[in-house]
Formats: sequence, C-alpha cells, structure tokens
Amino acid sequence: MNQQLPAILIIAPLLSALIINISGWVNKKLCFPIAVAGLGLASWASVNLLLRVLDEGVVLYRLGGWDPPMGIAYYVDHLNGLVLTVVSIVALLNLIANKKTIEQDFPEKTGPFYTLYVLMVTGLLGIVATGDAFNLYVLLEIAALTGYGLLAMGEDRAPLATLNYLYMGTIGACFYLLGVGYLYIVTGSLNMVDIAGILPALYQSKAVLAAFMICMIGVWLKMAFFPLHAWLPNAYTYAPSAASSLIAPLVTKVMIYVMIRLILTVFTPEYVFSTLTVSEPIVWLATIAIVMGSIFALSERNLKKMLTYVIIAEVGYMVGGAWLGNRTGMTGAILHIVNDSLMTLCVFLVAGNIVYKVKGYAFKDLKGLFRTMPFTMGAFVIGALSIIGVPPTCGFFSKWYLISGAIQAGHYGFMVALLFSSLVNVVLFFRVIEIAYYEPFAEGHGHNVLPEPMAEAPLMMLVPLLIVAASLIVVGVYTGDIVNYIIQFAIPKEIV
Amino acid sequence: METITSIKPFLAVLISLAVTPVLVSSRAPNVREAWTFVAAAAKFLIVLSMLPTILQGTEIVYTVAEFLPGAAIKFRVDALGMLFALVSSFLWIITSAYSIGYMRGLKEHSQTRYFCFFALALSATIGVAFSANLLTLYLFYELLSLSTYPLVTHHQDKEARSSGRKYLLYIVGGSIAFALPAMLISYNLAGTLEFSKYGFLAGTGSRTIMAVLLLMFIFGFTKSAIMPFHSWLPAAMVAPTPVSALLHAVAVVKVGVFSIVRVLIGVFGVNLLLDLHLGTIVCYIAAFTVITASLMALSQDGLKRRLAFSTIGQLSYIILGVALLSPKGMIGGMTHIAMHAFGKVTLFFCAGAIFVATGKKNISEMVGIGKRMPVTMIAFFIGSLSVIGLPPGGGFISKWYLVLGTLQADNWPMLVVLLGSSLLNAAYFLPIVYRAFFCTPEENMFDNRVEEAPIWCVVPLVLTSLGSIGLFFYPQPFLRLAGMMIN
Amino acid sequence: MPDIISIIAAKYNYWMFIILMMIGLYAMIAKNNLVKKVVGMSIFQTAIILFYVSIGAKKGATIPILEHAHSEHANAAGSHIIKSAEYVNPLPHVLMLTAIVVCVATLGVALALLIRVYKRYHTLEEDEILAQIREK
Repeated sequence: MNQQLPAILIIAPLLSALIINISGWVNKKLCFPIAVAGLGLASWASVNLLLRVLDEGVVLYRLGGWDPPMGIAYYVDHLNGLVLTVVSIVALLNLIANKKTIEQDFPEKTGPFYTLYVLMVTGLLGIVATGDAFNLYVLLEIAALTGYGLLAMGEDRAPLATLNYLYMGTIGACFYLLGVGYLYIVTGSLNMVDIAGILPALYQSKAVLAAFMICMIGVWLKMAFFPLHAWLPNAYTYAPSAASSLIAPLVTKVMIYVMIRLILTVFTPEYVFSTLTVSEPIVWLATIAIVMGSIFALSERNLKKMLTYVIIAEVGYMVGGAWLGNRTGMTGAILHIVNDSLMTLCVFLVAGNIVYKVKGYAFKDLKGLFRTMPFTMGAFVIGALSIIGVPPTCGFFSKWYLISGAIQAGHYGFMVALLFSSLVNVVLFFRVIEIAYYEPFAEGHGHNVLPEPMAEAPLMMLVPLLIVAASLIVVGVYTGDIVNYIIQFAIPKEIV
Repeated sequence: METITSIKPFLAVLISLAVTPVLVSSRAPNVREAWTFVAAAAKFLIVLSMLPTILQGTEIVYTVAEFLPGAAIKFRVDALGMLFALVSSFLWIITSAYSIGYMRGLKEHSQTRYFCFFALALSATIGVAFSANLLTLYLFYELLSLSTYPLVTHHQDKEARSSGRKYLLYIVGGSIAFALPAMLISYNLAGTLEFSKYGFLAGTGSRTIMAVLLLMFIFGFTKSAIMPFHSWLPAAMVAPTPVSALLHAVAVVKVGVFSIVRVLIGVFGVNLLLDLHLGTIVCYIAAFTVITASLMALSQDGLKRRLAFSTIGQLSYIILGVALLSPKGMIGGMTHIAMHAFGKVTLFFCAGAIFVATGKKNISEMVGIGKRMPVTMIAFFIGSLSVIGLPPGGGFISKWYLVLGTLQADNWPMLVVLLGSSLLNAAYFLPIVYRAFFCTPEENMFDNRVEEAPIWCVVPLVLTSLGSIGLFFYPQPFLRLAGMMIN
Repeated sequence: MPDIISIIAAKYNYWMFIILMMIGLYAMIAKNNLVKKVVGMSIFQTAIILFYVSIGAKKGATIPILEHAHSEHANAAGSHIIKSAEYVNPLPHVLMLTAIVVCVATLGVALALLIRVYKRYHTLEEDEILAQIREK
C-alpha cells in the first residue's frame, strides 16, 4: 500500500468522481459522503507521502511500471509533498464546510457539482505530483475545465466572467504547451528530471530561452500575475461560494508551485539566475503587481471582489520572492504557498458563511455582523491579521522571509512594496471590520444598544472555519519546524 | 551575570490569557469581576516573587518556542523589565477596582468584552516587559495594539470609529512601516535579535545606517507618542476613563517608551550611541516633544485632553533621560516610568470620578468642585505635584535625577528644557486645582446633589495618590533596579 | 534581401504556425462576437497542434506503422530491427491526440457557456452585453 500512495492520491478522487456522478442520479444524499471519502483518502495518501519523503527522500513512482523517460513518472519530493498535503486538506475542509451551501444553491445539480469539485481536486493533485511536463498540461486542463464548470454555476454575470477566464486560461495553457514543445524539440524528452539533465549543454541556445519564457508567460497567465490578471476578479467574485472558496486558495498557488518547479527542477537555478538576466525586471514586475493589487482592492465596495484583488497582490509576493534568487526569498515564496492557501481559505469561507446567512456580500450587507455572527467574524479577524502580517499568525512569518530575502538581495523596492501592501491590507480589512463592528451606529455612547440574537452560520460551516483559523496560528508557531524539516530540503543547494 | 531558567515569566504573561475564557463564560457580573481580581493579584504576585532574584543580580530566562530558525520567543527578566512589570501589574489590580465602579456607575454595555480585552492587554504588556529579543517584543507590541482597539472604541459610535481609525493608523501603521523593516534590517546586519548588555548592533554598519535605523525604531514605536506621531493619544481619549487611565498613562504608552529604551540600551548600546554621537539626535527629538506638548496642554479645555498632552510630554522625559547617556540621566528616565505611572493614573482616576459624579468633562465647568468632591481634588493635587516634579510627589525624585543627568552630560540646552517644561507643567495643572478649591461656581453649574464619586472610584484614586507620596519617601526599589541596568 | 527569404524559406513551417497563432489571437482579442472569439481560440490551439505534429517530421520518412508485423517472416521474438530514421516520430502524434481531446472539451465548455450567456443577454455581441451590464 505504501508503494502505491502516489497512484492512490490521484485515483481515489478520480474514481469517486465517477461514482458520485452515477449516484447523483440515484440518490442525491450519497454524493457528499462519497466525495468526503474520496478526498479523505487523498488527504491520507498525501500526508503519508509527505512522511515518506521526510524519511526516505524523493519518491519516484512509475505509472504502469514503465521507466522514464518513456513512461510517465510521478516524482514527489519535499516541495511536492508539502503542497500536496496543503491542497488535499484545504479541499477536504472546504468540502465539509460547504455542504449546506451546495444544498442551498444547487438542489437540482448536486451530483454534477460534487463531480466537478472532486475532478478539479484530482487535476490539482495531479499537477503537483507529476514529474512529466506533458502530463502536467493534461492535468492542468482537467483542473481548468472543471474549474470553468464550477465557476459558471454562479449568479448573473458568472457565465460571461467564466468565458473570459476560459479565453485567457486556454491561451495560458497553450503557451505552456508550446514551451514544452520547444523543450521536446531540443531535448527529446518530456520527463522533468531527464530534461534537466540534458539542458545544461544547451543553455546558450535560443530555443531554450524561448521555451523558458513561453512557459513562464503561460504559467503567469494562469496564476493571474499582473498584468495578466484581468480575468481573476470577475471570475471569482460571481462564482458560487462553494466554488470560489475551493478555487481561490488553490489554483493560483498550484500555478506558483509549477513556476517554482520549472525554476528549480527543469531549468535549474544556475540557468535561471546566472545565465539569464531577467530576475531584476521580474521582481520589479512583481513589485508593481503588489502595489496595483493593493490599490485596486482599496477601490472595491464589495467583500469578495476586494479579496480577489488581495489574491493578486499575494501572487505578486510569491513571484517576487521566488525570483529574488536567494534562499531566504525562495523559502518565503514556498512558505507563502502554504500560508496563503490557508489564509485565503479562511477569508473565503467567512465570505461563504456571510453569503449563506445574509445573502449578499457588498459592504452594506455587512452591518452589525460582529453581534450576529461573532465566531465567523472572529475567524475573519484572525484571517485578516494573517494577511496583514501580524505575529503569531503564519502570514507574519512568510512576510519575514520575503522581506529578509529582499534585504539580502538589495531589492529595497520589493521590500517597500511588501510593507505598503501590509499597510493597505490594514486599511482594507479594518474597513470591513469597522462596518461589521460599529454599524448600525449606536446612539448616545452605545448605552442603549440591545444585544441582537446571534444568527450564526450552522455548525457544519462554522467548525471547519474555526479549524482553519486556528491552523493559521498553529502553522505560524511551527514555522521553524516547517522550514527546517521540509522547505530547507526543497531548495537545491546552489541557491544561497 | 548569572541566569536561571524558570517558567515564571511565561506564567506571568499567561495568567490573564488563561482567565479570558472564564471571563467570557461567566454569567454573573460579580463572578466575572472576582476572576479579574484573582488574575490581577496572581500576576502581581508572580512578578513580585521574581523580584528578590533580580535584586541579587541574577536574570531569569525562559524560551517558549523557536518560531523561526535563529529567532525564538524568549523571555528574560532583568531589572528594567521587572521595574515596568511591577508597575503595570500592580496598577492593574487598582484599575480593575476602579473599572468596576466606573462601568457600573455609568451602566456601560459589553462589560464582558471590556474585561476580557483588558486582561489580554495586560498579558501583552507583561510580555513586552519580559521580552528577551526584538521578535518577542514586536509580537507582544502588536498584540497590545490589537487588544486595546476594542477598548478604545468601546462606545461604538461615530466618534469612536474615527478615533479608532487614527489609533490603528498611527500605531499599527507606524510599527509595520518603520519598526518591522528596522527589525529585519538589524537582523540582517547582526544575525541576531537578542537584547544584550552592550547592544547587538555594535560594529555592524556605518554611521548613516545606524542613524537611519535609530530613527526608524524611534518613529516606528509610535506608542511612545513622539511628535509628530502623537495625535492618536488625544483622539483615544474617547475611551472610557479606566481604559485611558491604565492603557494610555501606564501600559500602552509606557510600552512605547519601554521599547525605545530597550532599543537604545539593548540593540544599539550606550557605547555605540556615544561613539556615533547619536544620543544628541534623540535628545532633541524628545525635547521638541516635551516643549510642544506642554505648550499645547495649556490650551486644552477638556480635562482628559489636557492630561493626554501632559502624558505626551512626560513620556519624552523618559526618552530624554535615557538619551542623555549619562548614568544619572538614565536612572532618572527609567525611574520616571514608575513615578509618572502613579501620578498620571491618579489624575485620570480623578477625571473619571468627576465625570461619573457630575457628568462634566471640561475644565471650565469644574469651578468650585473641590468643595463637593474634596477627596478627589486633593488626590488630583497630589497627582499633579508628582507630574510637575515637586515634593512630596514621587515625580520629584525622577526629575531630580534627570536634572543631575543633564549636568553630568554637560548638556545645558536639555537642562533649560527640563526646567522650562516643569514650569509649563505647573502652569497647566495648578490653575485647575486653584479653581476647584478657591473659586465659586455659577448658580446653575451643578445640581445640588453632586457629591463624592462612588466608593469603588474613590478608594483606588486615594490608594494611587498615597502610592505617589510613598514613592517619594521610599523610591529605593525602583532606583536600585534602574541602577542595575546601568552597570 | 535574399538572406531573409532563405531564412523564411528554410523554416516555413514555423512561420505558418506563428501566422496561424497570431490570427487566432487576433480573433480572440479584436473580434466583438463571442462565437468568433471561440473560433479564434480553436485556431490558436490548432496552430499549436500542427506545430507539435510537424516536430516529428523527417526527410523521406514514412508513417510510423510497422508492416509485416504479423506475417510469417517475423522472427520468434516478433520484432525486427527498426531504423528509426525511416519512420516519422510517433510520440508527438500521440501527445496531440490528447491535446485534441482537450481542445474539443474546451470548445464544448465554451459553447455551453455561450448558450448560457445568450439566454441571459439575448445577444452574442460583446459590446451590447457590456452595455446591458452597465445599465444595471
């Protein structure tokens, strides 16, 4: 069993997706348990894989027994293992938290929704676990297509927003495919490790440069890196809450993982940071991304849209951190993948809870929420503190590494952008907290305020949210362990 | 310097954290208040129990966890931390008593939330006092900012919202924009964040970098209300008076100056500052704040606002004293933490008592009130003596050392600043007392039934004013603790 | 001048794919009608598929199917030595089968979304849809 873990990781959700689809016709109530079982198995497999990687080092799994480079290999190392665990656990928590929302929003389409959900998680897990460049494209498109389906199920403007996302996402994936094509032309292989072995002799070739830049642009399109971000706000805002709280924390972070994988494993750091000289401009672009994301977020009067712009700024953090070229920055970027998934899940679950009770997510709908939904807002405060970067939540520690990396690299512009973004986040989140805390305004020093009855979200939605909020602090406290035992080994020794 | 390891510092921090769930869940107000007292007393006793060890010259250390490789959450109890912790934890007991009287007298809402966040704020204060490195200090500093926000904005009306915004903007904004990068740059330069006897930044960078870092730290710890980042303090006076009293006269602002003093002594070190002549910059910044704040206090009619500006000036005395870099000056500055605390808290208690009894907030309306509330106004008089720096107020001792410190450092401009500002302090306090006792009010200024404030309010302020006098006659513990930091 | 022509002539296949891709991209960006955008997307994807298939082409090579694989002349092991230079590389063809499936699926999803959009806004012209949204 231990040997087959990488396969179980993918097959369990895949099979359960098929079973859900069938059982959706028969009895809608079966969908949820089967989905939980599928994702639960995947989580168990990913945790065990991570433990195995910590013990043995890199785990290489040959699909079908075929040896690479002929066969497709699943290649799990420290970087993978960590991201796999995060993806599967986030997906599982989100599924449990959104059971009631799905029942409320899609009474007729429960079966198809769960199917798409589980398939999407399959795609994401596959992207993270695979060691084959073309296989990554296939799984990328699986995740993307199911994502389009999930996002389009929302209200009013959702189909149009999803259509725009479809255009941009397809261009991005095709760019990636083109880049892999170039790599295949020059190396004749599709296996990531194999390509990395053959490439060093070809570093001066223009084809490799073209492959790298085209792959990067494709990945940037998919992760909404400024200026290729325009599809994200609308697509995530109008989506149903269950879908947006799955996709928002995970898709962009998995694409960042792909970018880091390309930098660290396929095109080794020696090529990316020494032979190429594009690091400076890209870190500046990331700086602009952070600043623009924060500024756009300030102008929104709508909770979900504001959060999507915060995501765009966070993507800027991670891209900048990875491209700083030093160990501290890369550690910050990888740590931020973990931390940002959790933080984004927390705030989107809060938005989901609010939409479930209040049926709206504009700022004017948030009045007095501290009285009526204290636990949800408490979790929101913790999530907000993490995004701002207040210790001991996890967001502070990844900011610590990112800023330290910027100082070490002498890139003070990036550091200033990070601090600016923290300050803007203070304004953004406290604006929301103010509306929920103060309004409707009390007369006369608040002495005659009657306590309103608590109309909190149901327990099934609240408990996963509180678990996620608590994990923000726990992960923060254990940052030292995560960095020392996992992330340290994920970064090759060449990066100083 | 011997060190022993003991969990006591961590316990002192945790006591009020641990009691918070109990406070939240208690149904009866009396049970809730009783638990607050229990926690406050326990905290004070734990802090007190560590005093003998510290007086012998040993320090107590405790590492909680290593959050980041190379930077841990660590507590170290030394003389300065003990000084601050003693003052805060003792005054919490008294303020809790006062809070009960005040909140019940005005029938305030959300009292449970109030007491919970008060406990959290004190927890964070003790955490700052006992921090062994910059990371721990920063962590508890931020926790203090956040736990005092609901206290400042307790009334939840429009005024509270705009004051709360100012509070956040200055305090959290300042620490993120300046203190955080300064901390990270120092970490990058020195490889460590531990406070040491001689400063850990010695020899790691050029004069320009040190000067820039120093300014970033000073303006980053905006809780110290150094001008121009001071306007959050008068704005925060919308809070209930016990909050203003403890937090803004003792805990929050003292955390700000404490952090700056820590940075001056433990991060930069007296020798480095002397070598690079950086002490003078700090002296002038502090002096500017002292004079300007005292002048502005003269023009304020609201009693709490006048007290707020007075606090801004007094805080900069502490920084000025330490920045003089002469032994007597530094002792004077550090001792002033304790003296000012007792004096200021008395003054705020009196202001609150007047509000509870008469509903008046402005000084112009407090004519002749001394006859109706004699105990309160006498306590006010004693408190103001302490703040001005006249015997028998305890503030005389610290001001004496400050003056000696300027002489020791050959710093005549600062001597002038000290004496001039003392005159200004007298100018804005003594008229209040004079008008309260020796003037007659207009016919309809007060209802006839105005009398002394409730007992829960009066007893605490009597205790703190007696404490102020007591410190004048017996300042040895604090002087000794401050002296130990210099060696 | 002759150099440029010879450069273009030598890599004419790549130029064709680039032109196709740019046509597709142009359609996706500049055209107003949503269906035309989808068509542009298809053209874009097809260009990449053609690019891949052309990777495998070799001078004078034939399709990669073995003849006489089941005849009596095959030896006991069922295989004989293959000269790979005689056969077009089959791997890109196989990869592109997958990619074509992906493209068709994307096309299907896009068309389904178009139907939803049409039901909602009763038009498939982007400017009219944006006008309707702004009116809300």
